[in-house]
Amino acid sequence: MSTVTCPECEAQIGLDAGTEAGEIIVCSDCGVDLEVTSIEPAAVQLAPMEQEDWGE
Amino acid sequence: MQRRLKLGVLYSRVRVEEKWIFAAMEKRGIDYERLDDRAISFDLENPEPWRAFDAVLERSISYTSGLYALRLLNSFGVPTVNTAMVAEICGDKLTTSAMLAKAGVPQPRNVVAFTPEAALDAIEAFGYPVVLKPVVGSWGRLLAKINDRDAAEAVLEHKATLGSVQHSVFYIQEFIKKPGRDIRAIVIGDRVLTAMYRKSEHWITNTARGGEGELCPITPEIEEMCLKATAAVGGGVLAVDLIEHSERGYLVNEINHTMEFHTMQPVSGIDIAGEIVEYTVKAAKEKH
Repeated sequence: MSTVTCPECEAQIGLDAGTEAGEIIVCSDCGVDLEVTSIEPAAVQLAPMEQEDWGE
Repeated sequence: MQRRLKLGVLYSRVRVEEKWIFAAMEKRGIDYERLDDRAISFDLENPEPWRAFDAVLERSISYTSGLYALRLLNSFGVPTVNTAMVAEICGDKLTTSAMLAKAGVPQPRNVVAFTPEAALDAIEAFGYPVVLKPVVGSWGRLLAKINDRDAAEAVLEHKATLGSVQHSVFYIQEFIKKPGRDIRAIVIGDRVLTAMYRKSEHWITNTARGGEGELCPITPEIEEMCLKATAAVGGGVLAVDLIEHSERGYLVNEINHTMEFHTMQPVSGIDIAGEIVEYTVKAAKEKH
């Protein structure tokens, strides 16, 4: 299992098998939304803030 | 020899729906490309790279990006699911209402005004409570239930002062007392695939706002209403939201063109992602 560091609180977060680039995960420590930007090597960054025209 | 089809999936975030769609593509051995709407660009003088796609499935989380991408793709002659025309209608609640009204599909009563003063007059004539909705927006955000004149004046002023220019299109809808639920149905082409009750004690029953899902039987009445509604907006892969009115029966509230189905797929047991992929393949084949 790959591990990443939360850019907000520096917690170590394990990525589940099957995680894909572009997916949003939640930091289990501080609860911030993180976007998985790469799998190999594993990397995350703070997810973009919700915009007014977002939705389904 | 027949050329192998190539599909594109335009997306912003890999939500569980996109994961299921990618998996459905891979299961069928489809040649497809993931198109992150934050990374792509369109050269209007050189549409050829885009014409390599036999069809593109649009799953953008941003209505604006998705709509413009669809307009460009359609202008290049690339079939899309849904079409730009359908996205244009469904992404704007007022345009959806106008198309439903034109087709005679039952819906809540709506009035529209362009200034706070005219909106207040319209609300007063309408009677309280009413619901103010942004014309573009989703997940139940910025819906306001207005119970009296004081609230109407306050919300109208806030919208006019703090909102983008689009918030000065005052879309006013009658408030309908729902029986603690509404219905969401998934329609693909001319088939109503599945339907679900969305239950909530809150007047906003959107599952994005905590509403819970439970399977809803597709009665002939629900089926007919959904097919009329989707035909009115051009058809495709759509989610129809129905409200049950105690006297007027089913009313069409909204139609979504890039619907989420993370609750519906497990609740219904139907492979909605697979059905969407099949529909996109069909759209691609129709091009040839």
